[in-house]
Parts: sequence; C-alpha cells; structure tokens
Amino acid sequence: MEYNPFSLAGKTILITGAAGGIGRATSVECAKLGATLILTDINEAGLQETQGLLEGDGHRYLVANLTSQEALDALVADLPSLDGFVSNAGVTKPLPVKFINPDDLERIMSINTFAPIYLTQRLCRKKKFNAGASIVFTVSVGGIYTTAPGNAMYGASKGALQVFMKNVALEMAPKVRCNSVNPGMVNTNLAGRSYSDEDKARDLETYPLKRYGEPRDVALAIVYLLSDASSWVTGHSLVIDGGRRGRRRRLCQRPANGGYGSLGGGLRAAKRYARRARLL
Amino acid sequence: MEINEFINNFADQFDDTTVDDLSPETVFHELDDYSSIVALSIIAMIDEEYGVALTGNEMKAAVTIQDLFNTVQAKIA
Repeated sequence: MEYNPFSLAGKTILITGAAGGIGRATSVECAKLGATLILTDINEAGLQETQGLLEGDGHRYLVANLTSQEALDALVADLPSLDGFVSNAGVTKPLPVKFINPDDLERIMSINTFAPIYLTQRLCRKKKFNAGASIVFTVSVGGIYTTAPGNAMYGASKGALQVFMKNVALEMAPKVRCNSVNPGMVNTNLAGRSYSDEDKARDLETYPLKRYGEPRDVALAIVYLLSDASSWVTGHSLVIDGGRRGRRRRLCQRPANGGYGSLGGGLRAAKRYARRARLL
Repeated sequence: MEINEFINNFADQFDDTTVDDLSPETVFHELDDYSSIVALSIIAMIDEEYGVALTGNEMKAAVTIQDLFNTVQAKIA
C-alpha cells in the first residue's frame, strides 16, 4: 500500500543551515520522502557530507553567506521555483545581559533574524513560490515560551523571527503557508559548553520525556509542515520539547539556599491565576 | 595577571558579595548569592578580561577562587 499523506514527492525544497544539526536531519528525511533539495550553508565540507547522505537524484548545494546582501541576491537568482523553504540556520552564545556587546549581538541577530527575513523577502519578491508552497522557520521555545540565564540575545533573535513568521503567514495566504517549529534543547553543536554537565543533568530533569531532542525529532515535524498533510495549517508554531513547556519553573535558578526565589515565583503565579479567574 | 586584580573582577559579578568577603581560599560555590547567572557572568568576564573561554565543567571543577585563577592562568600560557 502506497498511501502516505506526508509524501514530498515532486516538491523542490530549499534548506538553509543544511551542513549539520537539524538542517542535515531535515535534508535526509525530506529526500527519503521524495523531495528534490537545494541545500545551502556557509560550510561547504558540511554541505558535501549532507549531500552524500541523501536518497534520490537531482539534489544540489549552493555555498552562501546569508548575512551578505550580495550573496542573497546571487543565491535567489540561482534558484528554481520552490514548493518548500526551510529556514534553519542559527547560532547562539550564552551571555548575561550585562555582557551583551555589539559584536556578539549583531552576529546572532544577523544570522538568526535578519538573514531569514531578507531571504524570505527576496523569495516572495522574485515570485519563487509555487501555489501550495510551505515555509518553515526553525524558531525555538527559548525566548518565546521559556527563559534561561544567558539566553537574552538568542531569545530576542528568535522572538523576532516568531513574529515575522506570523506576518508572512498572513500576507502570503492563500497561496503560500508559513509556520514554525519550536524545539526545546536538541543534541546539536549549538548546545553550549558554558553549562556544566551537572547543570545539564538538572535541566534534563525538567523534561517530562526525560531526554533532549534529536535532530530527527525536529526534522519529522518540519516534514509534516512541508507536506500536504498540513495544508490547512498556517501561522502556527509547533512546539517539540519533550513536554518541557507544560512545566512551571522558576525563571532564574538559584542554589538550594536561595529559597526566596521560589517564594517570589509562587506569589507571581498566584497573582496570575487571580487575574485569569476574574477574566473568566 | 595577578590574583588581587582577578578577585576584584570576580567580586564585580555579584550584587551582594564584595571584594572584602573574598580571598584566594574562598569556596565560591557556597557563597549566598552565587547562582547560574553569576557563573555565566564570571565565564563572560574571564573571556572579556583575559581572552580565555572557560567551559561550564571547568567552572564546576574549581573549588576555590585560587583554583579558578590557576585554571585561567594555565589556559593563557
């Protein structure tokens, strides 16, 4: 039996950040489901490795620095019409607010936020999307649904992308759909070295499914949003986080002797419930 | 790089703890206002001031301020 509503056969899909992590896993799954892929990244060796993992023929890659306006123009000029676009490239550097500096902030914003916005703008302007095409942004739970120490720059960059996604969904309807996947912590090179193993073990305990995500967990959600199975879904954010978002957690972790932190959290939660109760 | 200047920069990352509360022998993980955000601030300060990228595990392994100082010094050399 051939029935598969998630098939990507006959679809041409552009994937950014395809040299590793979630971008690579997404490329592998999309190719298995029959898509023809155009991979892009700044890292050529990584792109070649990803391409070597793909089933089927006709895939190609284009090396591009998406933070350069000229490179974006060249990339878009080289593209065929698209049925799918996965904007996945992203970076982070955990720094407390008081250590934010122009170099790090501008790097994070230009890769995580400005590059996807400019690339989307050009794809729309140059009419690269076929009817029924689907755009998927890899956002994050971080910044939108959760906060963590040192995550302000990354969270701000992803929060902006989340809002952008909803506006693209509105403006491009009914021809093109636009959604996001919002992963929790995924085992990729992005997961920082600034946190100790002990911190990570404690963080892992806050995931009801008791593990961090694998790139393939996110890739399969992206497949759903690219496929015609999601043809009545647009402007949506699909959270993939092992149940983490459903848990209440103090905003800023303190050591065991800092008990007043949790008391404050309790008071804030109580006030929130009280406000909701009045609204109802 | 010398220890007194290091302790000054270290103390700067706390709200309540001051340089007078600290010495090379201080077991800094046990300070009242030590937290994950202070730990990240210390890592960022060491990166900014000394050009050394410390991992979370290296922070955890250091018991006293002197230990941390030694780790940083070893990575400068």
